[in-house]
Amino acid sequence: MRMEYLKNVVTLQLDTAACVGCGRCVEVCPHAVFAIEDRKCRIVARDACMECGACARNCPVEALYVRNGVGCAAGMINAALGRTSGCCGEEQACCCGGPDGKNECA
Amino acid sequence: MNDNLDQCGGSGCDAGLPKPACACSGAARHWVLEQLESPVGKVPRVASRWTWKDYLGAVAMRWGVGRRRYLVDPGLCAIGHPGADAPVLVTANYKLSLDHLRRALDGFDAWILVLDTKGINVWCAAGKGTFGTEELVGRLATANVKRLVHHRTVVVPQLGAPGVAAHEVQKRTGFRVVYGPVRALDIPAFLRDGMRTTPAMRQVTFTLWERLVVVPVELVHTFASAALIMLGFFLVDSLGRHGVSVTPGHWGGIAALVWGNLFAGVVLTPMLLPCLPGRAFACKGAEMGALAGAALWWGGGYGFVQGLAVLLLSVAACSFLGMTFTGCTPYTSASGVRREMPWGVRLQILGCLAGLVLWLVAHFQ
Repeated sequence: MRMEYLKNVVTLQLDTAACVGCGRCVEVCPHAVFAIEDRKCRIVARDACMECGACARNCPVEALYVRNGVGCAAGMINAALGRTSGCCGEEQACCCGGPDGKNECA
Repeated sequence: MNDNLDQCGGSGCDAGLPKPACACSGAARHWVLEQLESPVGKVPRVASRWTWKDYLGAVAMRWGVGRRRYLVDPGLCAIGHPGADAPVLVTANYKLSLDHLRRALDGFDAWILVLDTKGINVWCAAGKGTFGTEELVGRLATANVKRLVHHRTVVVPQLGAPGVAAHEVQKRTGFRVVYGPVRALDIPAFLRDGMRTTPAMRQVTFTLWERLVVVPVELVHTFASAALIMLGFFLVDSLGRHGVSVTPGHWGGIAALVWGNLFAGVVLTPMLLPCLPGRAFACKGAEMGALAGAALWWGGGYGFVQGLAVLLLSVAACSFLGMTFTGCTPYTSASGVRREMPWGVRLQILGCLAGLVLWLVAHFQ
């Protein structure tokens, strides 16, 4: 299935000037958002980004920014109701206790 | 204490350092074959085949039974008979994560480095930072991997990348991080090809089967709420203009409404996800709710007002269930959920209130 969520919502930003073209982002992105062209990274599938944060975390020159988070409505509702859980950060309260929230990504 | 923890479980493991061989397991663990001698002491050698206990455990995890306790001890373990040149693969201490890895490594000689993620799988733990740079750097040191192998490469699952900064790990430990495939079953091909991933190995999928696998846990999570809602409707149904009169004759219809919508929202929406038009999950769910509501209206033979109530309640309920399915998918961004939730929740509350009012109107008519 084609896996694209809402259009034009993600916070992903690329500073092309800073990019050194190492290709780590291409390697870690689970949705093929990036490609290397002319020794520079280019965002080729922006709406496929799920904001997992792998690219930004692994960019050695901090050319990528993304406000990473878990796209889980139940977690956000729990957080809004003041319920938190040990496995998620302050902003989100995970309901998944384990796998599969981002499910069973075992 | 749960029986998954042996003497070196929990914080006891760290307290006992340096004891790098204090690893995946004690003797009581059925997946440990023997203790292997290595340059860093005894390392448990684990089986690469699953037994019925592993299969049973995997099924239990899919139903959310004992999930918070399904963990193994962090540290080193061995597959086959690894030497100083064998690859080092990193995983989480959720037992299902280790199980998938050791099964994929059947026939290989390799070291497995289990990080302490508090029993959470790799991707979730990476998002939360427990599967992260600090834990990997620390675990490489305490397990003394530098003495264990000659090379300086560790294979980290790609879904661990949100928590691990490869360049930082290299700077601090000298170990180069190679990201392995998303799915454990691609590991043999990855290793045979000189630790190279293909684009397909790097992409997350969400096939029909993968969507169905997450359904049981959702059923477990929603069961109690659905039962409460059903009891609420039974109660309201018993109240009439002439006081309380229990009418079990109506209960079958009410049960059909509740469980029918639960089935539509929790099972059918995920199944038909790619076929439902629109991108917002609240929207996909609402469409499924309209179908379910129409079917229940027709099947129940309701009058206009009550039928409309059934339709509105179904749309609201399935829309909500669809929206919460965002947490089970591997492609919904937090920004996207933040965008659709405000209007989604408002419409769901509106539909729910309108449906309840109509239901009561029809009931007291």
